[in-house]
Amino acid sequence: MIIPAAQVDGLDKEFGTTRVLDRINLTIPAGQVTCLIGPSGSGKSTLLRCIAMLEEPSAGIISVGGRPLGFSLENGKRVKLPTAHNREVRGQIGMVFQQFNLWPHMTALGNVAEALKTVRRMPKAQANEIAGQKLDEVGLAHRRDYYPAQLSGGQQQRVAIARALALEPKLMLFDEPTSSLDPELTGEVLNVMRKLAEQGMSMIVVSHEIGFVASVASKVVFLDHGRVVLDGTPQEVFAKPRHPRLAQFLDTYLDREAVMLA
Amino acid sequence: MSWKLFTLLVQAAGATALFSAFAVVAGIALGLFVCGVALSRFRAAAGVARLYVSFFRGVPLLVQLLLVYHLLPVLGLNVSSATAALVALTLCTAAYQAENLRGAFLSVPNGLVEAADVVGMTPWQRFRRIEAPIALRLAIPALLNEAVAILHASALISVVGVIELTKTARDLAASTLEPLPLYAMAGALYLVMNMVLVYGGRLAERRFSVRTA
Repeated sequence: MIIPAAQVDGLDKEFGTTRVLDRINLTIPAGQVTCLIGPSGSGKSTLLRCIAMLEEPSAGIISVGGRPLGFSLENGKRVKLPTAHNREVRGQIGMVFQQFNLWPHMTALGNVAEALKTVRRMPKAQANEIAGQKLDEVGLAHRRDYYPAQLSGGQQQRVAIARALALEPKLMLFDEPTSSLDPELTGEVLNVMRKLAEQGMSMIVVSHEIGFVASVASKVVFLDHGRVVLDGTPQEVFAKPRHPRLAQFLDTYLDREAVMLA
Repeated sequence: MSWKLFTLLVQAAGATALFSAFAVVAGIALGLFVCGVALSRFRAAAGVARLYVSFFRGVPLLVQLLLVYHLLPVLGLNVSSATAALVALTLCTAAYQAENLRGAFLSVPNGLVEAADVVGMTPWQRFRRIEAPIALRLAIPALLNEAVAILHASALISVVGVIELTKTARDLAASTLEPLPLYAMAGALYLVMNMVLVYGGRLAERRFSVRTA
């Protein structure tokens, strides 16, 4: 049996008394693109952030590449795993944020090379060489010495993707990677992601780009109010007659793009 | 004003500059440490850091100088009045700088911290490579402001017997019976020192400016 890129079992997340994720069970297949869609507040970003260990789940187990992350189940009890273990498992995950989050005091090259130097303890020359290659892969070799503020949003996001790829992740998480970009600039970021998908990268993408979702995803998960409502291939999820909640979502949230599914 | 008086004032200004420069540099270093402790997850240590800040910001520098000057010998440390002055100035300015730095650290966008976490940095690596460089750049104007304030406040160290610019001007004014030119010259010398400080701060700001969109 192929080990899934990630596995989520019985995941709950509560902020105070608000339950944001409710008993989420999910298998993220390796080498494929899984897209999370759903209205604002449905918990899709929180789910992604739990997998990235940026939020601590209230209950449930997450494993990445077959190894538990954050908590494990031992004799039916959920126990916290040591920091060193978590850091190692999380080392297989790369994450891209809606707001790019490039470090403003470093150049594009510096951003990409940083973790290679500090975390992987690579010599500077080697780290810079790898960083240069990664920038080349996202089409930004000529912008290596630019600071984030000197780059367009689309370019910044591509640098952020290169930064994540530099660490050779097994699983890439994208949290609404094009939501803060002009429509004109989303294309260049989606193209990079499409290329990555073709290379067989395991990816989880939270996105409102329904066109991208429908064409690239192998698996679509529709979340609403912290629950998985639909989980299947795009053909299954978008098949007519549509699930009423999904139909409503596509109508109200996605007027401009849902046309192509009509 | 005679050349002799002028050189005496310039010498005294030199003392003021030295004491202030030491306090500014040591104060920023100590302030960074205090701020780091205050923001750490070690509750007890953070409490001590907050106590430190509220004491040294809450008690007038004049009183701190006298306290330090009279306390050190009680603790068995026989130090010169110059040392006592340096200690008091540094402890005081460090409390203000710690707060300036804390504010800057709290305004480092959380997303940049999360980006450091997901690439696997340890908290220390994150602090050293991401948070500190960004926060220090954000803090430059406030740090400079406090440096100017401590330069002015250094006039108080004469209370423990250290010769500095203001005290020298007063003594010379009393002995020559010509207060106006002496105080005018003292003021001019403070102004020059200030301008040097502000110019240095500008250079630092330009060199390290956070490039934001």
